[in-house]
Amino acid sequence: MSSQVEPIDNEEDETWFASAAKIYPMEVKGRFRKIKWIILFITLGIYYFTPFIRWDRGPLLPDQAVLVDFERKRGYFFFLEIWPQEVYYLAGLLIIAAVGLFLMNAIAGRLWCGYLCPQTVWTDLFFRIEHMVEGDRRKRMALDKQPWNAQKILKKGTKHFLWLMIAWWTGGAWVLYFSDAPTLVYDLATGQAAFSAYLWIGILTFTTYSLAGHMREQVCVYMCPWPRIQAALTDEHALNVTYRYDRGEPRGRLKENKKRIAEGLPAGDCIDCNQCVHACPTGVDIRKGSQLDCIQCGLCIDACDAIMNKVGKPTGLIAYDTDVNIERRERGEKEVYRLIRPRTVIYTAVIAAIAGVMLYAQLNRSMTDLSVVHDRNPLYVLQSDGAYRNGYALRLLNKHNNEQNFTLSVEDMPEGSVLEVVGVHRTASDVVKDTAITLSVDADTTRSVRALVFSPPGVEMPGSKPMSFKLVNTETGETTIISDFFRAPGK
Amino acid sequence: MAEHKKEIDQVTGIETTGHEWDGLKELNNPLPKWWLYIFYGSIIWSIAYWILMPSWPLVNGYTKGLLNYSQRAVATEEFDVAAAERAKVGEKLMEASLEEIRDTPALLEFAMAQGKVAFGDNCAPCHGTGATGFEGYPNLQDDSWIWGGDLDTLATTISYGVRAEHDETRFAEMPAFGRDELLEKDEIIQVSNYVGSVAGLPVQDGVDLEAGKVIFEENCASCHMENAKGDMETGSPNLTAPTYLYGKSVENIIAQVNAPRHGVMPAWIDRLGETTVKSLAVYVHSLGGGQ
Ligand code: SF4
Ligand code: SF4
Repeated sequence: MSSQVEPIDNEEDETWFASAAKIYPMEVKGRFRKIKWIILFITLGIYYFTPFIRWDRGPLLPDQAVLVDFERKRGYFFFLEIWPQEVYYLAGLLIIAAVGLFLMNAIAGRLWCGYLCPQTVWTDLFFRIEHMVEGDRRKRMALDKQPWNAQKILKKGTKHFLWLMIAWWTGGAWVLYFSDAPTLVYDLATGQAAFSAYLWIGILTFTTYSLAGHMREQVCVYMCPWPRIQAALTDEHALNVTYRYDRGEPRGRLKENKKRIAEGLPAGDCIDCNQCVHACPTGVDIRKGSQLDCIQCGLCIDACDAIMNKVGKPTGLIAYDTDVNIERRERGEKEVYRLIRPRTVIYTAVIAAIAGVMLYAQLNRSMTDLSVVHDRNPLYVLQSDGAYRNGYALRLLNKHNNEQNFTLSVEDMPEGSVLEVVGVHRTASDVVKDTAITLSVDADTTRSVRALVFSPPGVEMPGSKPMSFKLVNTETGETTIISDFFRAPGK
Repeated sequence: MAEHKKEIDQVTGIETTGHEWDGLKELNNPLPKWWLYIFYGSIIWSIAYWILMPSWPLVNGYTKGLLNYSQRAVATEEFDVAAAERAKVGEKLMEASLEEIRDTPALLEFAMAQGKVAFGDNCAPCHGTGATGFEGYPNLQDDSWIWGGDLDTLATTISYGVRAEHDETRFAEMPAFGRDELLEKDEIIQVSNYVGSVAGLPVQDGVDLEAGKVIFEENCASCHMENAKGDMETGSPNLTAPTYLYGKSVENIIAQVNAPRHGVMPAWIDRLGETTVKSLAVYVHSLGGGQ
């Protein structure tokens, strides 16, 4: 309780808030940079161009491969069509995504952050533009320091203009997922699109421009929950971008260290050139150990490897490594990497299980569906001829993209029972007389009908008799059976 | 206060705030400035919101805001849009005959939904939510009808009611054979037991059924017909039906012959309009007892 230090509660004190220091990452070349470029091209390519992929679904349905159609309440993904009651697929996908993130983390730390996260990918793209317009690290620093003149205005203006164009295109691509893309592009260009489309483009333009252009590493350090969760989930066997201090320390300038070696003193491989710090997009010094701000993009590895090559030392002073291995090397033991650990096995199993269930559900997805609700009031009605009548609300669902014909019948009812559907007349093709009826359902929709089932007059019925409705697609033979009950006053 | 000593944490090298709880010291890791600005921004936003949108409660009501936004108005607007949308189908219902409505799946679905709601609002108090009726209020689920259960007849009955205050209302009244002394007490017992026997009810001991039959033919058959099956043209109930409006027992029959009760059903056409009446007819018909 007793403290010798005065609490700094006074308002004049400015240290409660600090401006974020601007980071000027240096461009590097190398293995990880190349991987990041490839991933950037693939992911952004998918994002910007997917809405234009066509996928033929027949005349009545949209031919856009990936489309979320809010108006008609359908989601399309290539060969998949999702109805509102099937959004649990989405839940499945989200679970797989989350566990996939955990698995990535168990294998090699923040793979997501370093290579795949939209924040990282767009920031990388924006850095590239900045580099193209304003030059590399030193030039950019100098430009920011120099007083405003025509050249500075031109450079800054060009950069922000390009950023805004990309941001705007990003927002534009987003809305294309929710409507027919070519039509919407035309409507947007001619000013005929819905207000909400422009609004969403505006919102995404703003978020892209501010998050990828201005907020950058602040998003990862202050806004994103994943680094916090990740830190709690990781273990000592996960590969992480690591400064191998066992090899690097004691660090020292090239000449100093050479001198030390000549004197027979210990000297590490790190020549303290700070290239790893300059390369870092989040301004981290990886030599201080793994830390929340490090998104593990691997760029410091590229920077350091380049230096190691120059000074004629083996690369990999900074590398993907584990804490365990550093300790083992220090003890003179062999390095190990345990890919198969309880957590990797469990995560993989969970992903496989959920993916399996989803795949099974998808392969066995019925193109028709039937739901049956028995009347609650009254449960049965006595007819004047002594028969009992039960009423059911039926909903037939046709996911085919053309009209389908069905035979509806009741099963497990005594001989002489009758099935009627309000408003539907029997046809000659009703196979089993009296207990079957032919119905048609329009393409890609549902149809509600009221079915009446009559027990044979004068036949005693139990209070509750299990029976079922059977719906057979007359073309494909696909069959749906729904069990229900036939109620009568008996016990 | 002005000259507080700075304390630097040994491990992190970061200044402490001087706050200490049970030996735990708080480090002063300053928040980024933009965080603060967002906070200021949200204050400005909230003030703009108070001015533009309904926000502050007052003693009587609330501040309306410059934009005059009201969720009630939005809801009303949406309701009007929905009503206009419905009116389109309503027009189709107006044009179509009742049979056409029943045979067109889209119209049938709409009419049944509309009829169900209208039934719950208007008819259920007497006929019950399940349309099974009560004593004195006909059961609409079964297949015995007083005035007929085909679509057009149902629509007529719903439109003009029974013994209602409407020029075209359905009207039928059975004479009060006992109260108005049209029949002797014995004769009433005889004819009631005869009707009971036709309806398959246990009859009272020592009653002359043959005499009852003669009385029936002379007094009742003109409306209820020789075979006692009634006549829906004139609204004369079928006496062989499984249920009676006022109870199915010889005692109930005696009471009814002596001084009949007559229920009233209102005429709905002026209150509900033709579309709703049509939907109601289709709905009641679809319950299962329709003819
Ligand atoms: S910290 Fe968050 S925002 Fe930053 S790269 Fe990782 S997941 Fe993306
Ligand atoms: S320290 Fe290295 S791996 Fe981490 S964010 Fe910086 S450059 Fe990327």
